[in-house]
Amino acid sequence: MKFVAKIFNKRANWAIPYAIFLALFVALPLVLILVYAFQDAEGAFSLDNFRRFVEQPEAVNTFIYSIGIALITTILCILLGYPAAWILSNRKLNRSEITVVLFILPMWINILVRTLATVALFDFAKLPLGEGALIFGMVYNFLPFMIYPIYNTLQKMDHSLIEAAEDLGATPWKVFRKVTVPLSMPGVMSGIMMVFMPTISTFAIAELLTMNNVKLFGTTIQENINNGMWNYGAALSLIMLVIIGITSLFSDGEEQNDSESLI
Amino acid sequence: MKRFFAQLYLWLLLALLYAPILIIAIFSFTESKVLGNWTGFSTELYSSLFSGGAQSSLLNAIKNTLSIAVIAAIASTILGTIAAIGIFNMRGRKKQVITFLNDIPMLNPDIITGISLFLLFVSVGISQGYTTVVLSHIAFCTPYVVLNVMPRLQQMNPNIYEAALDLGATPFQALRKIIIPEIRPGMVSGMILAFTLSIDDFAVTLFTKGNEGLETLSTYIYADARKGGLTPELRPLSTIIFVVVLLLLIIINVRAKRNAKRKQAM
Repeated sequence: MKFVAKIFNKRANWAIPYAIFLALFVALPLVLILVYAFQDAEGAFSLDNFRRFVEQPEAVNTFIYSIGIALITTILCILLGYPAAWILSNRKLNRSEITVVLFILPMWINILVRTLATVALFDFAKLPLGEGALIFGMVYNFLPFMIYPIYNTLQKMDHSLIEAAEDLGATPWKVFRKVTVPLSMPGVMSGIMMVFMPTISTFAIAELLTMNNVKLFGTTIQENINNGMWNYGAALSLIMLVIIGITSLFSDGEEQNDSESLI
Repeated sequence: MKRFFAQLYLWLLLALLYAPILIIAIFSFTESKVLGNWTGFSTELYSSLFSGGAQSSLLNAIKNTLSIAVIAAIASTILGTIAAIGIFNMRGRKKQVITFLNDIPMLNPDIITGISLFLLFVSVGISQGYTTVVLSHIAFCTPYVVLNVMPRLQQMNPNIYEAALDLGATPFQALRKIIIPEIRPGMVSGMILAFTLSIDDFAVTLFTKGNEGLETLSTYIYADARKGGLTPELRPLSTIIFVVVLLLLIIINVRAKRNAKRKQAM
């Protein structure tokens, strides 16, 4: 007992329980993905899982298609979200803070509930479910995640820079293009991360929005894991991790602060 | 004129964002099994949602969701707070490693977190169920608690703690009387965030719930939607969730504003 008390006298040691927890429930599981990915069903080292992925046109097509859908969703979210974020942060155009809350609110509703609502809307409007519904649903689900970080950077921006540009004779369009847009780029990057990453990794949503007609990469991974193909599923997860790693190189890790300062 | 168009754009976008939820809310007040078919005003779905009976599996799922969220939120707040104090006092390489590991669950997509934990449980041979779901939720909630407590520690005057020790307090007393009161706001916001994340989670739960029939709200909705026909009671349920979230956010915002005003007045 005395020994334990002595260890905890040093406050840096208080992190030990969590360090053990992290090793067991964060580091080890990720290592297991790597291990499973490079093993065959018998547990011997093999590259078969990756060979299988490359040789199956269906899997590769799903993969490329998912990246395409994620790109379209991200671009649509920027096109729709940037003007909204700009208007929201502009005091002359928007004085009410309630509209800001209204845009953030959907972020806090369960994604499946939101997806069901989209399905309901398409049913109600007698529109067919399918690719159109999928893209609408993705944009509907993730648009707030684009608006919020952009709004945040625009809000924090130093407004004297805009005034300076105006004083020096820049037209409003020029001010927007040369000052506002460059200064808001960190927000746009965070937004891209927060939209692209979840879009590429979702599974259930695509199933529900397309009546199971369109398959995304996340669905393929889930199906393999569910059907007991753990090794192949792990290899596909690893491929997804690599894609996400590449995407996050373009962002500067700010998205955390943006998404979590909401409360 | 410019302002008019700007507002018009905002409200059009909001209408688009809220149309699906509104339709669900409107059709929660009619009995029809099929959505979009108005068969007259009725609160039948609301009463059958709460009376249980045939829908008791839905009620069970709600109970599971809430109890898992409460346990995960409390456990991750305790674990995360102690960890944050430790990490705050660490230096050098060790600190970098643990901060890096702490960031992983926040950066990883849910599906990867879910699959990695699934592989952990199957390779160790633990049967999956309530416990594994709770453990997994603690795993992805705790980093957010650490993230919320850390700034409070940085703002704290370190001399107060040293003074308490010099005056004869044990480290545990100093923790209870000095540190905790200072960092409480961070702990509370961390706990609220953990609770919300746990309630909202779908992917991690799906991979770690095993196949012994444990369902949370998300997995219940998913299973239900896959069967084709959606349980009509989900309509009043979604409406209630929406209204509760709306009220909570309004309260949080009003409180934040009032605090800001009070600060200005001082």
